[in-house]
Amino acid sequence: MMDHAFLQDYLPILIFLMIAGGMAVLAVLASWLVGRQNPDPEKISSYECGFEPFAETQGKFDVRFYLVAILFIIFDLEIAFLFPWAVSLGYTGAFGFWSMVVFLGILTVGFIYEWKKGALEWE
Amino acid sequence: MVEALIFYMFAFVLIASAVMVVVSRNPVHSVLFLVMAFFNTAGLFVLLGAEFIAMMLVIVYVGAVAVLFLFVVMMLEIGKVSMKEGMVTYLPVGLFVGLVLLAELVFVYLGWEMAEGAADRRLFPTPDASEVANTHALGQIIYTHNVYLFQISGLILLVAMIGAIVLSLRTRPGVRKQDIADQLDRRREDAVELHKVESGAGIK
Repeated sequence: MMDHAFLQDYLPILIFLMIAGGMAVLAVLASWLVGRQNPDPEKISSYECGFEPFAETQGKFDVRFYLVAILFIIFDLEIAFLFPWAVSLGYTGAFGFWSMVVFLGILTVGFIYEWKKGALEWE
Repeated sequence: MVEALIFYMFAFVLIASAVMVVVSRNPVHSVLFLVMAFFNTAGLFVLLGAEFIAMMLVIVYVGAVAVLFLFVVMMLEIGKVSMKEGMVTYLPVGLFVGLVLLAELVFVYLGWEMAEGAADRRLFPTPDASEVANTHALGQIIYTHNVYLFQISGLILLVAMIGAIVLSLRTRPGVRKQDIADQLDRRREDAVELHKVESGAGIK
């Protein structure tokens, strides 16, 4: 395992996570304990204005959502490369800078392509 | 001591949520448990000192890949019934594949032997986290020493982008779209016509 000094920076996050988890558990548990539990089939069935639900509540998604998600992932990965670059720019100097500019240039070609293709438009 | 405790907490929640991914009946719940597993893996990476990978796991996997999985689950419209159907028939095959993988891991673990002096001959030894931050250490080598690999990764992303558009972009015919340039281009002469109407003659 690593040295303790490095992990101590993450202690506040851990405490925060524990408090958040504790609050969530507390809220669910308290409402479960305090509320009166008296279920019957009619009470717990999904309510749709008097008649039986016609279909599942989760409708079928359009494939266009998928395209948007994939394009989002690609630009997310591009951003992932930007973080170390920004941190170490003072060390890598001009070469590191231009190397990233070329990388961004390649992806800008793709960006122009998808813009012109109309992939970003929601008809 | 505390570190070990935190490690076991993350590891336990990770395995528990991984099991829930497989056994939960609602596929949307499976994806949410997968997100939980990603978070705990990020915690384990932090414990190993790999800060950057941990943060990337949160940004890329939790932020983007989980959303993609969710969309796929919604798109395929797998009902609760159809998920349960194959469970019994595929269970032995799944268990067999899992056992083979486990056996392979055990063999690798038992048979692993580090060559003498291999640790000193690494091209880029991992710097001490207390001296150089993880992200900084990565940035020092990605953009200069490994510039070709970096540019190739850019090209791969470009191919992925174009591939996704080619495969899944459908333009629907007959959809009326707002064309702002066209609207602004419109002049009074194109749209308005003035007729001198004589009394009793009407417009032809």
